[in-house]
Amino acid sequence: MNDMSMPPGVPRSTEAHIAISGVSKTFRGRNGDVHALQDIDLDIRRGEFVSILGPSGCGKSTLLMLVSGLVSSTRGTIRVGEKTIKGPNSDVGIVFQQDVLLEWRTALQNVMVQAEIRKSELGPARERARQLLRMVSLQDFEDAYPKEMSGGMRQRVSICRALLHKPPLLLMDEPFGALDAMTRDQLQLDLLRLCADNEMTVFFITHSISEAVFLSDRVVVMSPRPGRVERVIEIDLPRPRRLMMREDPQFNNYMRELTEIFKGLGVFREEV
Amino acid sequence: MAVIENVSASAMASAPVRRLSPLRTFGRISPAVWTIIALLVIWEVGVRVTHTPEFVLPSPSRIAEEFVAYWPRLLVQSTYTVAEILIGFVCSVLIGVPLAVLVTYSRFADRAIYPLIVTSQTVPKVAIAPLMVAWFGYGVTPKIVIVVLLTFFPIVINSVVGLKASSAEMLYLARSMGANSWQTFWKFRLPQAMPNMFAGFKLATVMAVIGAIVAEFVGSDVGLGYVIQVAGSSFNITRQFGAIVMISIIGMIFFMAMEWAEKVIVPWKSSSSAVGEDH
Ligand SMILES: Nc1ncnc2c1ncn2[C@@H]1O[C@H](COP(=O)(O)OP(=O)(O)O)[C@@H](O)[C@H]1O
Ligand SMILES: [Mg+2]
Repeated sequence: MNDMSMPPGVPRSTEAHIAISGVSKTFRGRNGDVHALQDIDLDIRRGEFVSILGPSGCGKSTLLMLVSGLVSSTRGTIRVGEKTIKGPNSDVGIVFQQDVLLEWRTALQNVMVQAEIRKSELGPARERARQLLRMVSLQDFEDAYPKEMSGGMRQRVSICRALLHKPPLLLMDEPFGALDAMTRDQLQLDLLRLCADNEMTVFFITHSISEAVFLSDRVVVMSPRPGRVERVIEIDLPRPRRLMMREDPQFNNYMRELTEIFKGLGVFREEV
Repeated sequence: MAVIENVSASAMASAPVRRLSPLRTFGRISPAVWTIIALLVIWEVGVRVTHTPEFVLPSPSRIAEEFVAYWPRLLVQSTYTVAEILIGFVCSVLIGVPLAVLVTYSRFADRAIYPLIVTSQTVPKVAIAPLMVAWFGYGVTPKIVIVVLLTFFPIVINSVVGLKASSAEMLYLARSMGANSWQTFWKFRLPQAMPNMFAGFKLATVMAVIGAIVAEFVGSDVGLGYVIQVAGSSFNITRQFGAIVMISIIGMIFFMAMEWAEKVIVPWKSSSSAVGEDH
C-alpha cells in the first residue's frame, strides 16, 4: 500500500468501505438465463481507487449497478459503509460512458441538477459547482450548452455533476471509453486531481489495461462470463501519477503481468 | 442554406440555428417569397394573354381586388374558423399530452390504449365529419371535435416518442440522485420530450386548419369553409380564391407562431421531424 496516494495527514483506513460477498447476478431472458456474475467477493477500502478490469461482457457494468443499488443481486450481499444495499443508494456519484448531460441545461446548470434534486442549499452548491468546473478548466464554459462542447468537455461536466454533493463513493463505468487518446490522458489527470482534493473511494470500470494501472491503487481482474474475480493486483506506483510514469519499467511490469493473465484466460490469442 | 422553412411540415428537420428572430426567419424565407412572386406574375400574364374567363380561373389581381372588397366579411367569418382551430388544438393538447404521459408511465395503458390510438388512424377522419354533424348539430361543437380528432394523433404519438426518449442511463442517474417520480418527470423526462412534442404540435397546427375547413364544408352556416361552399354554388370562383388565401394566411400565422414558441421554449435544439407526417 502506498501512502503517497492520500492527502498528507489522512491515514488510509483499513476498514472496508465496500464489502461485496458471495454476489451473483443472473438475468432471466427469453433465450435462457445469462449468468453475468458468479460468486464475487471483494472488499474495497475507504479512499481507495479500484479499477475493475475485464473483457467486454464480463459483467463489469452489472457489478457497478449492483453497488449503486439500481439493480438488485440474485445472491449475496453488498455493504457500502454502514448500509447493506437494498434499494438505490443515493450516497454515490455516477459517471457513465455516455456523459448523459441534459441538453437543455448549460454546463453549470447540469452540475446544479444534482443539488436541485437533493434540495440542497443552492447558493453554496453553486459556489462548489463553479469551483469544480474551474478545477477541470471549464471556468469559461459555465454557460455553454452541451452541444457547444466537445466530448471531453462534456464528460468533465458530467464528472463535476457526480462530485457536487461530495459523495464518499464515486462509481465510473468506462467514463473515458468514448474519448480519443489525448483527451483521455487529460481527463485521467483531471480525475486524479479531483480525487486528491475530494476524499472518496473510486470504483472505476475499464477495459483498458494501461488506464487501470495508471489510475489505480488496486486492479481487480475479472474473467470472461460468468464474471468472477480472477486476480487482484496492487499497483505500487507513487502518487501523484505523471504521464511519463507509463514509460517506467515498473509500470510496464504491471502491464505485462495483466496481459499475461488475460492471455491465460483466453481473452487474447496470439498466432505464431 | 436557404430552405423553405415555414411551408411544409416535412421541411422541419433542417436549419441547425439557435434562437431566430422573426426578422431572421423572414430573411431566410425570402427566396421562397421571390419564387411565389414569380409564379404570381406568370399566372397573371397567363390569364390575361389567354383571355381565360374569370369563372374558370381568375387572375391574381382580381383575387386581390375581391379579397380587399370582401375583407370585412372574410374577417368576420375567419373569427369562427380561427376559434374552432384554436379551441380544437388546445383541447387536443390538454387531452393528448396527459394521455401520452399515461401511456409512458402505465404498462397497461401502453398495451391496452396506445395500440388502439395507432390503429384508429386507419379510419379516415374526414369520413367521420358528417357523423359528427349528425350528432352535434350545425354549431361550433362538431368542428371542434373534428379538429381534435385530426390533431390528437400527431400530438399523442410525438409526445410518447419524446417521453420515452430518456435513456436508461439518464433515468438511472435521476434515481441515484434520489429523484422521486415527480422530479424525474419535470426535470428529466418532460424537457427531454419537448423537441418531439413541438414537432407534433407543429404538425397538429397544419391538421387543425384542414379539420376546421372540412368540418365547415360538411355542415355549417359560418366560417371560411362555409364561404367557399356558398361562393362555389354561385360559381364565384374569385371569392373562393379569396377565402383560400385567407385560410392560407391563418394556417401560416398559426404555424409560425408555433415555430416561434418552439424557439423560445426549446432553444437548445433545432426542430426534430415529427412522427406521422404521412398525410
Ligand atoms: N438487463 C439485462 N438483461 C439481460 N442481460 C443483461 C442485462 N444487462 C447485462 N446483461 C448481460 O450480462 C452480461 C454482462 O453485461 P455487462 O455487465 O454490461 O458487461 P460489461 O460491462 O463487462 O461489458 C452480458 O452478457 C450482458 O448481455
Ligand atoms: Mg459495460
